[in-house]
Amino acid sequence: MNVFVILRRLKGLIYKETLQILRDPSSLLIAFFIPVMFLFLYGYGLSLDIKDIKLGIVMEDTAPRAQSLVRSFMNSKYYDVRIDHNKKVFEKQLIAGKIKGILVIPQDFSKKLQNKEDIAPIQLITDGSDPNTANLIQNYTRGVWQNWLIQESYNRPQNQPIGQINMISRVWFNSELKSANFIIPGIIAIVMALVGTLLTSLVLAREWERGTMEALMATPVTIVEIILGKIIPYFILGMISMALTVIAGILLFEVPFRGSVFWLLIMSSVFMFISLFLGLLISTVTKSQFVAFMTSLIVAFLPTFILSGFLFEISSMPEIIQLISVLIPARYFVLGIQTLFLAGNVPEVFIPDTLKMIAFGIIVFLITAKVTVKRLD
Amino acid sequence: MFNRIITLIIKELLTVWRDKKSRMILIVPPILQLIVYSYAATLEIKNVSIGIINEDTGIISRHIEDRFYGSNTFSKIYQLQHKDAKNFIDTQKGLLIIHFAQDFSKKILNNEPGNIQVILDGRKSNSAQIVMGYVSEILNQYNLDYMNQNNLPKQQSSIIITRNWFNPNLEFKWFMVPALMATISLIMGMVITGLSIARERELGTFDQLLVSPIHPFEILIGKTLPGLIIGLAEATILFLIIIFILKIPFTGSIFLLYLSLCIFLLSVLGVGLFISSLAKTQQQAFLGAFIFMPPAILLSGFATPIENMPSWLQPITLIDPLRYFMFILRGLFLKDMPADIVMTNLLPLLTISIVTLTGSVLFFRRRLE
Repeated sequence: MNVFVILRRLKGLIYKETLQILRDPSSLLIAFFIPVMFLFLYGYGLSLDIKDIKLGIVMEDTAPRAQSLVRSFMNSKYYDVRIDHNKKVFEKQLIAGKIKGILVIPQDFSKKLQNKEDIAPIQLITDGSDPNTANLIQNYTRGVWQNWLIQESYNRPQNQPIGQINMISRVWFNSELKSANFIIPGIIAIVMALVGTLLTSLVLAREWERGTMEALMATPVTIVEIILGKIIPYFILGMISMALTVIAGILLFEVPFRGSVFWLLIMSSVFMFISLFLGLLISTVTKSQFVAFMTSLIVAFLPTFILSGFLFEISSMPEIIQLISVLIPARYFVLGIQTLFLAGNVPEVFIPDTLKMIAFGIIVFLITAKVTVKRLD
Repeated sequence: MFNRIITLIIKELLTVWRDKKSRMILIVPPILQLIVYSYAATLEIKNVSIGIINEDTGIISRHIEDRFYGSNTFSKIYQLQHKDAKNFIDTQKGLLIIHFAQDFSKKILNNEPGNIQVILDGRKSNSAQIVMGYVSEILNQYNLDYMNQNNLPKQQSSIIITRNWFNPNLEFKWFMVPALMATISLIMGMVITGLSIARERELGTFDQLLVSPIHPFEILIGKTLPGLIIGLAEATILFLIIIFILKIPFTGSIFLLYLSLCIFLLSVLGVGLFISSLAKTQQQAFLGAFIFMPPAILLSGFATPIENMPSWLQPITLIDPLRYFMFILRGLFLKDMPADIVMTNLLPLLTISIVTLTGSVLFFRRRLE
């Protein structure tokens, strides 16, 4: 058989699949509606930047110094302060989740502050059921309180730092510390994993269920031709959907894009192929829309969300889970695309990650081809 | 009538149980997900590596370095040259770099302020900020000790005493596990039963059911009750794993837990049935479920709190059943949430169930005519 025949058959298959995609609202829905909706909701909804923390302040001391401290909290942009003289009210609200922390200024606060020998304590109670917010409240409260001390010059009696060690921090790639800047590239990875896997798994499982896949297999085309004929149109669709998400991410969320389009195309193509092959594999193994849907959800959504390192630090996970995360292709893609957006072109990151993804893709392709081997059972 | 409903329920349960693939999907993934993700989904920062560039030849920077080596927060500390800095951060060998300038010790010994520069990786700004917190704690402690040793005027005139209620050590797992239980219940409830109608419709068995003398209302009960039973069984397994294997404290009342679970599952089944009733094919039903689930998970405050969302997005969370259940579960696990607060959050759930369940009956009936 010569190359010409193969190409002609492939062209025919691709044409058929393209028509099928264009006539099937579900594929277009998956490729265009889901990515934009996801980016929009997750981009706005997933934020680690806390603002307007609801803090209850119990003023047992009403002397001017205590009032000035409370004013510092009220002026801080991080807090939405409410004041009471009774701690009980706030305790109930803390359980109900209406406030996130309680700050108690004890009765003898100003008196102790005046006295050079004494240390004046204030008490902070946080809602530990949300540990990240509790941590941030601790940090912000310490910040407000330290500024206040400096202002009141209780910290530095002569208004002079003495033997003081200062810390000056510089944040590379994301100087305003906006969490959207690293979350949006991560979401693009999630969207691509979902779209790729869903496109092939759901659509093809339906073909298996209806028997049209068997009909295709009864023709003289080879298995590799069938796989390529299925993958190529979906690949183009998936890449259009990726481009849409990237552009929307840059325009809507003002995330900088400092790398080159060349690397974006290389890495996202490899990743898209992996997702499509995974979906193909799922549909071939399950052969039922119901099980294929469940499996894609289990394989594509939560692992990408949780184990890719886009939100949760992989190095903080127990070792055995770090080992599992090696098997999640999104792990390599997330670091690559975050770097591409924020840091620019760093081939030291891109090349090894792309190679790992290619290896992963080849393995999935081989398994898919082996499982799909024209079997009519 | 009761006999008919009971027969229907038994039939439903058998259908799910007899199919080997659905049986597997019912049991293995939820348990596996709960265990793996409860360890994986953490915003805690452990095993961090940092880099130090020390151009200072004096004694002070070495003392401070010793503090870093002595603390067990950092798993690895790299000594770097100035030129390595870019590569170190770029390839994420470490989250941050601490830089001592040449004249650092001299300045401190001369009683002048000395600066330490810290460089953070903004691609992980949340983690980097937390690590910076650790670094500044170490530096503050060193500052204080240095003052005391050299009899410099005492700085501290006030202190903050912090207590973390409900979760004293701020263990992230305690926050995540109840959320995972809620999320997995949502996914299972939705897919296993809510969407089963869509499958039956495509296979034609649903039409058979409709032409039988069973009333649509009975079909509805016959479809929701098995879902409720399966959902409750699933949740019980997850709950036992959480208590005995993951060892998360449960401070609330078991009765309130099961009451909330029932109402939550009803609302989830309602949404599932509603989607099925709108969809013409199985695929449409799955896509509908797919468009519903991830946003529902996100908007519930699963990973990041609802309060952090923009104010126009927050009202949308009010129609998310998972939001209420997540709040109740976290409250019951950690806060011993009293009945009145649980009830105020069950009310919207009940409303969602009633609206979606009646809605789906209406739509099914219209299809029938």
